[in-house]
Amino acid sequence: MLYVRNLSCARGGVPVLTDVSFEVAAGQAIILRGPNGVGKTTLLRTLAGLQPPITGEVDFPEEQGAYASHADGIKTALTVTENLKFWADVHGAALPDTILETFDLADLRDRLGGTLSAGQKRRLGLARLGVIGRKVLFLDEPTVSLDRFSVKLFADWLQNTHLAAGGVAVIATHIDLGLAAPELDLTPFKAAADADGGSDEAFL
Amino acid sequence: MIALLLRDLRLAFRAGGGFGLGLAFFLIVVVLVPFGVGPETELLSRIAPGILWVASLLAALLSLDRIFALDFEDGSLSLLATSPLPMEGAAMMKALAHWITTGLPLTLAAPALGFLLSLAPEAYAYLLVSLLLGTPALSMIGTFGAALTVGIRRGGLLLSLLVLPLYVPTLIFGAEAVRRGADGLDPTGALMLMAGITAGCFALLPFATAAVLRINLR
Amino acid sequence: MSMWEYANPRRFMGWTRPVLPWSFALAGLCLTVGLIWGFFFTPDDFRQGSTVKIIYLHVPAALMAINAWIMMLVASLIWVIRRHHVSALAARAAAPVGVVFTLIALFTGGIWGQPMWGTYWAWDPRLTSFLILFLFYLGYIALWEAIEDPDTAADLTSVLCMVGSVFAILSRYAVLFWNQGLHQGASLSLDKEENISDVFWFPLLVCIAGFVLLFIALVLMRTRTEIRARRIRALQARARRA
Repeated sequence: MLYVRNLSCARGGVPVLTDVSFEVAAGQAIILRGPNGVGKTTLLRTLAGLQPPITGEVDFPEEQGAYASHADGIKTALTVTENLKFWADVHGAALPDTILETFDLADLRDRLGGTLSAGQKRRLGLARLGVIGRKVLFLDEPTVSLDRFSVKLFADWLQNTHLAAGGVAVIATHIDLGLAAPELDLTPFKAAADADGGSDEAFL
Repeated sequence: MIALLLRDLRLAFRAGGGFGLGLAFFLIVVVLVPFGVGPETELLSRIAPGILWVASLLAALLSLDRIFALDFEDGSLSLLATSPLPMEGAAMMKALAHWITTGLPLTLAAPALGFLLSLAPEAYAYLLVSLLLGTPALSMIGTFGAALTVGIRRGGLLLSLLVLPLYVPTLIFGAEAVRRGADGLDPTGALMLMAGITAGCFALLPFATAAVLRINLR
Repeated sequence: MSMWEYANPRRFMGWTRPVLPWSFALAGLCLTVGLIWGFFFTPDDFRQGSTVKIIYLHVPAALMAINAWIMMLVASLIWVIRRHHVSALAARAAAPVGVVFTLIALFTGGIWGQPMWGTYWAWDPRLTSFLILFLFYLGYIALWEAIEDPDTAADLTSVLCMVGSVFAILSRYAVLFWNQGLHQGASLSLDKEENISDVFWFPLLVCIAGFVLLFIALVLMRTRTEIRARRIRALQARARRA
């Protein structure tokens, strides 16, 4: 469902990864590994179409990609339900009945975003993924500030709801989500110091 | 798109949304002018159209940097960029929300403040119409400016520097329409030209704004 | 070979090196000849006396103040469409030159205006338009300075330049609508009737040529500096990564 071919991407005009290729079949996930700064976030943003690649192709069904990072777009002055309802409306989807239970937010439904703890906010941010009905998820450290119980909640949703329905996920994470997913170490793709495609290249 | 508009309006009206600040600023500026230029009714009545227009322009400027900065910081803008909502539509909705929370209240409050400045009685209708036609352009131009400076920390001052020159035509036609109305002349020409600017801004600037947002999200 | 290859930074540095001293020399020659001719070897105007001679600074500066913006607009379009770095940097390099020409036009205008209209400054449409142009230049330069990443800055300033151009034209008409003004008609026009007489016209042409050449020379020099700055940046970035 997701094909990545010979993808090179840059951060701030400097190439960070070159020649990344992989594919993910429907119902599968892939875990990105690598030390800090190797370019996991850059790769995910490029895959999601937020920044153009230097070279290479990314292919997945149109209008099916969704990106999520630690900045999960929660409005502090809106309640939990209003936050989710907004993203559902933007995506033209209905708010699923069980979504609040799935992410253990039912008791918080009328609390303002600003009064949530970091972990609760994170759960709300992840619940957005269950609302918007997109098939291809690009997740950047989805479990930051989650406790073990919440990590389990999220992993269960990912496995039993999203992937089971034929979705795809590319996940950059340092912890073990307990998914039966292949891992891709990005270290070998690290761009050499003289890699092509930097924005300053014409000046050398 | 309506969802984005409703959310922005809801955020503006909730605590900390800053609704009403622009209006209060408008009031204060207009009240300060007579302290600066003296209390003669005749002088005030003559400069009232210009003051009301300049003050509403400054009040609209005040809340511009909120249009995108908060969404940029909390990541909503990246999420919107990957949503089915076209950026152009988002830009237009943002401008519309800004107008409803700033331009519209300013327009409605302006006649009351015109009274304070002894605006000529014939001019009230034109004041209302010119602000109604002109403030949407101020919001749309301001939205473009806000998109340009969204990635810059403490971009507020730069935003003013970029946006104020762009406000010149709207200000000229707006104040001119009210002045002509006050002098008993026909202000239709100025009003038509201003309506043209507003229509042109809403037709073209959403594209420029969306392009600039995409560049800033890279 | 396509003409665009001259826009490669390395080639640009190559061909501008010999051109630069010549353009400065020619600019100096034209300005010296034009100004001396204009100041000392033309008759006084029957109405304006010797004050008219400031025309040899005022008109070329005003002309180039506008042309510099047009050049920035063209360069911005080239950057947006073809992504030639030199184009973006040339637009950046031209802006401060344009500001200075605008200021020269405003100041010489004021000096000329005082004996003619009895005031250094009036809210005349032409004067006001130049003041607005000055503000546009300031905003453009400030935006370049405010953004760290050079390519992002080039993109954003290009969009600003395009939108600004539309609003600059709108402002021009708005200002005409707003005040009819004191300023005399254009000194140069294709309509021979309106033109100034040949005695003033030829030295003026030489001065205009001088200002054009000076503009070209300054923009080339400043673009070369910008290219060098980018090259240093690029080399430092490589050195850090190696």
